[in-house]
Amino acid sequence: MEREHYSKQFDTELNEIREKLLEMGGKVEFMINDALKALVDRDSVLAEKVIAFDHKINRLEMDIDERCLEVLARRQPAARDLRFITLALKIVTDLERMGDQCRNIGKRAIELNELPPLKPYIDLPRMALHASVMVKEALNAFVAGDDQLALKVCRDDQFVDDLNEQIQRELLTFMMADPATIARAMKINHVAKCVERIADHATNVAEMVIFMVKGKDIRHTAV
Amino acid sequence: MQTKVTLENLNVHFGSNHAVKDVSLDFPENSVTAIIGPSGCGKSTVLRSLNRMHDLVPSARVTGRIMLDNTDIYDRAVDPVAVRRRIGMVFQKPNPFPAMSIHDNVVAGYKLTGSLKRSDAEDIVESCLKRVALWDEVKDRLKTSAMDLSGGQQQRLCIARTIAVQPEVILMDEPCSALDPIATLKIEELIEELKEQYTVIIVTHNMQQAARVSDSTAFFYMGELIEFGLTKKIFTTPEKRQTEDYITGRFG
Repeated sequence: MEREHYSKQFDTELNEIREKLLEMGGKVEFMINDALKALVDRDSVLAEKVIAFDHKINRLEMDIDERCLEVLARRQPAARDLRFITLALKIVTDLERMGDQCRNIGKRAIELNELPPLKPYIDLPRMALHASVMVKEALNAFVAGDDQLALKVCRDDQFVDDLNEQIQRELLTFMMADPATIARAMKINHVAKCVERIADHATNVAEMVIFMVKGKDIRHTAV
Repeated sequence: MQTKVTLENLNVHFGSNHAVKDVSLDFPENSVTAIIGPSGCGKSTVLRSLNRMHDLVPSARVTGRIMLDNTDIYDRAVDPVAVRRRIGMVFQKPNPFPAMSIHDNVVAGYKLTGSLKRSDAEDIVESCLKRVALWDEVKDRLKTSAMDLSGGQQQRLCIARTIAVQPEVILMDEPCSALDPIATLKIEELIEELKEQYTVIIVTHNMQQAARVSDSTAFFYMGELIEFGLTKKIFTTPEKRQTEDYITGRFG
């Protein structure tokens, strides 16, 4: 259990940042699920909502950034608190990028919904579900300071990468068989790429959590 | 990094009070080491033992060894005055000699150690005052009283007086606690420059100051050395829970 600061206000400020990050992470999870639902169900109204929602993610990013800067300026945090604040500043960037990727998926969904379906989406929803679980687990690991869970997220990224490659290969066979499918296949490919990027961002967050907990930097190494 | 001063199982007692408990520590040469810890943790006692200042306290008993290069400074054959010449000290409150001019303050220590030619004195005064970045501010009034200077200037004068005798180690006991933030930054800047030539050991209550000026940090608690390491490491990823709690301002 983490000990309290002599300054209760400092504890409050750090807790608020933690809660805001969780709120942001929760919203991103929803966005991922809705973006994929909009694609699979061919629901362009939902896709528009996802695109519009990105604005809220951006506002949260700015809010959290501002809070972190204030803590840095006023509290000069050290050790664990310093790692937490610098981590929070980086996590928001990853979360914000995830929001952007969801927005991209929404845009592609609207375009694809105007075209005849190429094929039923099977791997893509699996991939997206996996990525959103990674986002959830990365944030849970962050809140609980759970480096084992964070390590699991890092390892899970491989599954998403594998699915992405599989989808690419499949789309390639469609395109080679019938050039008329190229426009649609490229868009679907882009969606897969977006999901794959989201999983990468979740991995970044998990790596940073390990740094926060262990003080050990595992980025750019095999896990 | 080369070690300049070594503590080997240092214990300091004041009567029945065991103030410093079995501390072993290597202070690296030409670098700044900060000693931090809550009040009563023994940090000033450690600093003072490096200068044999406890010799003057009847109830004090110092055991273990303190090695300055290869000399045990507590060896019976060693003259404490010679130790203090090699290990200078700057105190919490600026303490220039009140009855002396700025000029005489700088060479005061030097005069005690032997004869001093007038021309040499002038060179020493100028070079020492330049080193502490005070020369330009006082060069036209060297004969005026040191007490006319501001607190920050007085403290820099005291540092000039300390380096005038060409010590090897400079001990600083809360050197900025009586100074305003700008004067503090000037002293910190000076500390950064001093380490090129001297080994600096500073006791400070101000953790941000320790983080800013030191290369290594030692954290003391209840007379024990809890953790010693590179300042960068201590302030980002300390090993010990007690260190972490202290520097982050948590209940210990």
